[in-house]
Amino acid sequence: MSKMSVRDKLAILSDAAKYDASCASSGSSKRDSRDGKGLGSNTGAGICHAYAPDGRCISLLKILMTNFCIYDCAYCINRVSSNVPRARFTPDEVVKLTVEFYRRNYIEGLFLSSGIIRSPDATMSDMVQIARKLREEENFRGYIHLKTIPDAAPELIAEAGRLADRLSINVELPTDASVRQHAPEKKPEQIRKAMADVRLRGEAAKDRSHTGKRPPRFAPAGQSTQVIVGADGSSDAVILGQSTRLYGSYGLRRVYYSAFSPIPDASARLPLVSPPLVREHRLYQADWLLRFYGFGLEEITSAAPDGNLDLEIDPKLAWALAHRGLFPLDVNRASREELLRVPGFGVRTVNRILSTRRHRALRYEDLQRMGALLKKARPFITAVGWTPGALADTADLRSRFAPPPEQLSLF
Amino acid sequence: MQVVSLPSIGTAAAWREAARGYLSAGEPPEDLRWHCGAPGEAGLFDTAAAPPAPARSVAVPRSFVNLAESVSWHSDPARFDRLYAFLWRLKDAPQLMSDRGDAQLAHLRRMEKSVHRCQHKMKAFVRFRETGSPEAARRSFAAWFEPEHRTVEPTAPFFARRFGDMDWRILTPDVCAVFEGGVLRFEPGAPKPGLPEDASEALWLTYFRNIFNPARLKVKAMQSEMPKKYWRNMPEAAAIPELIATAPARARAMAEAAPTLPPARTARVQAAAEQAAAEHWAGPQDGLAAALAGCTRCPLHCAATQAVPGEGPQDAALMLVGEQPGDREDLTGRPFVGPAGQLLDAVAAEAGVAREAVYLTNAVKHFKFRPQGRRRLHQRPDAGEVQRCRWWLDAEVKLVQPRLIVAMGATAALALTGSGGSLMARRGTVESGRQGVPVLLTLHPAHILRTPDPAAQARLRGLLRSDLAAARARAGLALPAAQAGQAGQVA
Repeated sequence: MSKMSVRDKLAILSDAAKYDASCASSGSSKRDSRDGKGLGSNTGAGICHAYAPDGRCISLLKILMTNFCIYDCAYCINRVSSNVPRARFTPDEVVKLTVEFYRRNYIEGLFLSSGIIRSPDATMSDMVQIARKLREEENFRGYIHLKTIPDAAPELIAEAGRLADRLSINVELPTDASVRQHAPEKKPEQIRKAMADVRLRGEAAKDRSHTGKRPPRFAPAGQSTQVIVGADGSSDAVILGQSTRLYGSYGLRRVYYSAFSPIPDASARLPLVSPPLVREHRLYQADWLLRFYGFGLEEITSAAPDGNLDLEIDPKLAWALAHRGLFPLDVNRASREELLRVPGFGVRTVNRILSTRRHRALRYEDLQRMGALLKKARPFITAVGWTPGALADTADLRSRFAPPPEQLSLF
Repeated sequence: MQVVSLPSIGTAAAWREAARGYLSAGEPPEDLRWHCGAPGEAGLFDTAAAPPAPARSVAVPRSFVNLAESVSWHSDPARFDRLYAFLWRLKDAPQLMSDRGDAQLAHLRRMEKSVHRCQHKMKAFVRFRETGSPEAARRSFAAWFEPEHRTVEPTAPFFARRFGDMDWRILTPDVCAVFEGGVLRFEPGAPKPGLPEDASEALWLTYFRNIFNPARLKVKAMQSEMPKKYWRNMPEAAAIPELIATAPARARAMAEAAPTLPPARTARVQAAAEQAAAEHWAGPQDGLAAALAGCTRCPLHCAATQAVPGEGPQDAALMLVGEQPGDREDLTGRPFVGPAGQLLDAVAAEAGVAREAVYLTNAVKHFKFRPQGRRRLHQRPDAGEVQRCRWWLDAEVKLVQPRLIVAMGATAALALTGSGGSLMARRGTVESGRQGVPVLLTLHPAHILRTPDPAAQARLRGLLRSDLAAARARAGLALPAAQAGQAGQVA
C-alpha cells in the first residue's frame, strides 16, 4: 500500500470525527503567551473560528487519531464492520497540524478522539502522548479536549486531566438497554464509573492541602458527554431524565444531543431517515430550561403527554400555554422566578427588567429595547400601556405560534 | 460652533480627555462638533481649538467609561456627538446608566454591542499567512482584514497575548497593528497587500470540507454567524458554494446505498479483541464482589454509578450495616466515606471501635436518589428494593460470620430482622437476626446530621456512642490501647 499523505489522512480522520457535536472551547482557566515563551491563550470564553454549511461552528481541530476500531457500534461510521477507508495519524502529524492551524488563527485548539485500537490503555496512552508533546515540547497554551476511553488505566486518566482542558466520555444512547443493543462492547456502568472518577479527580484538584499548596490541575473546563437522538426508540422524557441524572451525579458542564444522521456505509440495523434536527433543537431548549430557568423535569414533560416535546413550538411556550391560569404577569411586580417563565424572556432580559424597575415603571416599548421577544411574550404579560385583554384567553392561541399546517408532499 | 478633532490612532483616550475638559468647562453638546481623522469641510461658523484642560475632576459612573471606550471605535461619524450628548445628561442624573429603557442609552448600547460583535468576529476570522521562513527562531505572519468598525486597536492586545512567540501584522484600510519582538505598535491604514501562498491553507480547506456533514444542511444558521461580508478574506469560504450545491445529492446517496457486507478483517479483528479483553483487568474477578458489580436485580442500577460492596476484615467479629450508599459512596465505590461516614468514624472511635476492625456495609447496595439541579437528593429505598438486595446482605453475613451485627437505621433493621417496627422504640435492644446472628438496633448517623437542634443532636450522638460501645463489649472486641485506661468513661 502506498503511503498516505497528511492531506489524505486529514480528509478521512476529520470526516470520521464530525459526528461528535461538542466544539466548545470555553470555561477553562485563563492563560496567555505574552511572555513570548509559548503559543496560545485562553480567555475563558470560546471563539468560533468558522462555520460549516451545516450551521455548526468550527472552534477546534476535531479529528480522530485513528478510525481503525475494534468495536462494532451500529450507529458509528468507524465500527469494525464498516467499509470506510481507514487511516492513522502519527503523534507528530497531529501536533504539527494543531500548531500550524493555530498559528494561522484557524482554531482555538485540538479536540482529539480515537477509535479503539489494540486495547483501551494503548489507545489512551497514544492520545496522552500527543497532548504531552503539545504542552511540553511546543509550549502550547491553547485548548485541548481529549475524548476519554472509559476503561483506560487510572494513571492515564490522571495524566490526561493534567494536560487537557476538558475530558469527555460519551454515554452514546439514552438507556443502558439501548447501549447493550447497539454498542455491544460498551458497558454503561463502566462509562458512569469513569465519569464519577473524573468528577472526583476534578474536585480533588480544587482542594488546597493544609499547607496551602495547590495540587496539579485537572481538566479545568470539566467534562461533557454526548447522547445520540433518534437512533433508538427512547422518548424525549427518557433522554432528559438521563441528562438531569448525569448533571446531578457527575457535575457535567454540558450534555450534547446529536441527531442521528445518515452515515456513509451505514449499518442495516438502523433507520436511515434524515436527522431529526428540530427534535435536537427542542432538547437543547429543554436542557436550558432545566439548568438556567428553574424548570423541573416533570414540568417540561407534563406538557408533552406522549413523552416527546412539541416540535412546532418551543418547550417554554408549550408549558405556558398549558398553564394559562398563571398569566398574564405584571412585569412591574412579578418575581424573578415568575419572569423567567414568560415565553420570549431570556435570563438577560429578566435581569434588565429587574435592574430598571428599581427606578421606574416599565412600559411596553421598554421591553423591546431590553431584548424581549414581544411576539411571543405579548399574550403573557402586562406592562404600563399594555394588557393582552382577550388575547390571553383566545382558544386558538397556540395556532398563532405554530407554523401553518403543511400539505404532505407526494414525493 | 467649535470643532473637536480627534486622532485616528488612540481615539478613545483622546475623546475621553477632551470630553472631560469640555464637561468641566460646562460646554453644552449643541456647541461642539466632533470628528476623527483628517479634518472635513469646516462650516461657516466653525472654530478649531484645543480642548480645555479639565479644571476640576469630573465623576461619571465606571459603566459609562467602559461604554464610551467601546463606542469610540464605532464607524458612525456621529458617535462622539452621541456620547457627549448622553454624558451631558448623565452629569445630573447618574442613575441613567441603569435605565435599560432610555432611548439614547439604548442606541449607545446597540452601538457598543455592534463593536463588541465586530471585535469578536475579528478574533475569529482574521487569517494569517506565513511571510517569513518556517525555520526562523521567531516566525512571521501577516493578515489582511476589513472590519466593519475601527476595531484593530482595541483587539490587537488579544492577538499579542495569543501569539506571543511570533511576529505578526494585521493590515486594514484604517489602521494596522504590528507586533515585532514582543512590542505592539500601530501604523496608518494600508492598501491590500499581496501575501505569499501558504501551504497550510490547502490543509485547512481539506479540513473544512470534511468536517461538514451534508446530511444536515443549515445555510441560514451558518450565515447568521459568519456573514458573507467576511467571506472574501477567509480561504475556506471558497468551498462553501460547492458544499451547499452537492449536499442534497450526497445525503441521498448515503441513504440509498445498500448496506455492505462487513470487510473480511472484521471477524479476525473482533476475535483478537475478545482475547485481549479476557487478558485485560476488568474489575473484581472472584466471588461476591464481581457478582455484585453486575447486579441488575432491581432498577436502581440504571441510575447509580456502581454497586458499593461491604468493606472490612472477612472474619470481623462486629458488622455495621447502614441504609444505602450516598453521593460520595456512589462516586468512590466505598461504603461510609461521605459526611455520615465521617461522623460514624468519629463516634465509633469515641466508643472504642476502630473502623479497620469492623465490617461495614449497607442494606441496599445501589444509591437511590432524585436529581435536583446540580445535586442528588437521597431517597429512601422501598421495601421491594430492600427485599431484593437482601440477597447480597445475607451473602455477606454468611461470609463474615460476625458475632454481632449493628443495624443502623430502620432500613437496616428491616433487612436484618424482617421487622419494620418503629426504630426509636427498639433502639438499644438486641433482636435475633434472620440468620441467627443477634442484631443490635441503633440509629443511623445521617439521622444525627439531619437533626437541626444542637442539643438534640448531642443527645442522639450520645445514644449512638453508647450503642456502639455496648456492641463492642458484646462482640468481644478489645479496646484500642490508648483508650483501655479510660474504658469506664466511654461505656
